[in-house]
Amino acid sequence: MQRPAPPLTPRTESFWRSGEDGTLRIATCQACGWRLHPPRPVCPNCHARDISFEPVSGQGVIHSFTINRYQLSPSMQPPYVLAEVEMIEQKSLILLTNIVNCAVEDVRIGMPVSVTFDHVEDAWIPVFQP
Amino acid sequence: MIEQQAVISGTGISNVGRRLHQDPWSLTADAALAAIADAGLTPEHIDGLATYPGATGSTPGITGAGVEDVRAMLGLKTRWHTGGSELPGQLGSVINAILAVGSGLAEHVLCFRTVWESSAQDQLGGRSATLQSRAAREMNQWYEPYGAGYSTYGALSMQRYMHESGATRAQLGQIAVNARANAALNPLAVYKSPLSIEDYLDSRMISDPLCLYDCDVPVDGSVAFVISRADSKLIDRGRAITFEAIGSAAGLNACAAMMWSRTELKPSDVKLAELYDGFSILAVLWLEALGLVPKNKTGEFLQNGTRISRTGQLPLNTGGGQLSGGRLHGYGQLHQACLQLRGNGDTRQISPRPEVAVVSSGTTNFSSCLLLSRH
Ligand SMILES: [Zn+2]
Repeated sequence: MQRPAPPLTPRTESFWRSGEDGTLRIATCQACGWRLHPPRPVCPNCHARDISFEPVSGQGVIHSFTINRYQLSPSMQPPYVLAEVEMIEQKSLILLTNIVNCAVEDVRIGMPVSVTFDHVEDAWIPVFQP
Repeated sequence: MIEQQAVISGTGISNVGRRLHQDPWSLTADAALAAIADAGLTPEHIDGLATYPGATGSTPGITGAGVEDVRAMLGLKTRWHTGGSELPGQLGSVINAILAVGSGLAEHVLCFRTVWESSAQDQLGGRSATLQSRAAREMNQWYEPYGAGYSTYGALSMQRYMHESGATRAQLGQIAVNARANAALNPLAVYKSPLSIEDYLDSRMISDPLCLYDCDVPVDGSVAFVISRADSKLIDRGRAITFEAIGSAAGLNACAAMMWSRTELKPSDVKLAELYDGFSILAVLWLEALGLVPKNKTGEFLQNGTRISRTGQLPLNTGGGQLSGGRLHGYGQLHQACLQLRGNGDTRQISPRPEVAVVSSGTTNFSSCLLLSRH
């Protein structure tokens, strides 16, 4: 399964390249520590402008999920699982992702998962597994 | 409140259907001229135009006609207009018109929405071709690498709702079953054949737990309204629909709370709900956001479908909604509310004729709601 690679833009490149060393990094406010995803140049909490990418544990829990049955992308063969994963570092820090290395019917809300990366072109796409 | 300075004086709708292959400007003219005539006006009286999402930066299917198309086609002399997509829901275009009329910029604003997605998909080679636009790429980078689509959003919302509330598919499926029953009585609805809860439960999964019948259907069609000054001498005040309150805040709960903060009316006064159902779960979320059903109780509320039927305590989506009536993008719901409030619902008219109705459009932060009455 070859995923479409995301366009690497100045705003998001550090996120998509982070997995090169096996570590997930999230845009983080250097003033108050708030983590924001997708990356933006201002902290919505304290309006500080000093945002940089900081490592997170890569651990999360499944907030919601769905088994997609429909050919939405020419290169991705259904069925596959799309999920919202809430990272353990911060409530509301939720990534839309795929759950991999797990039978689609075994996925549950509340299941603990950890990050792994799928390398496509110049991007390391974060996906999660039990 | 400014919304009480404006009324809906006229409403019109074109033919609606799958792959009509009819000029979308022609569909727009059908709806617009019908709405203007319904208001007792002529095109010379129209001095404002409002639409969602406008022709600029949109796709051929999502926008069948823009402001300039309609102004030129109808020879209108406008003092104010707007057409854009960054609005509070599709009905944000109606709220824009209310603001223009309430502030005195215009006397009679023509609001219109023309969808042409069904034919555009045919002509351009599928859904994806109609969605290609540069502006979408920045956002799409979070979806495309994961193979996510619009159905993903509906499915994740539905799964989470079922987890938190304990609601079952057999309960939530009543949204689709009810819509189909109402569509059977709407000559313009696209899907009229009977649909049972068993049919629903047996249907093809699109993105579990979202099934085929949880998804609305793209159609071709146009709906128009005339928003007039409430004190206009030209309109028949007895037929006009009053805006009791509007909600434009981002997010369903904030949007509904804003609406209720602008009126003395209460959720218990609502006798008709025409709620956005791009996915059936969205109607569920709107029912709860609007306070029509307590949080996480919609599963029980929908049991057997009797409460939301035309003879129930809260009739829902009496024209078939977008699930069976067709995706007229919130404008369809508003049109049905006007028919019911005026008693023009024909064989699907609810009885007694409702005094107060609520209409909603959109989801997430793209949200608006309108509280309407005949007073
Ligand atoms: Zn901060």
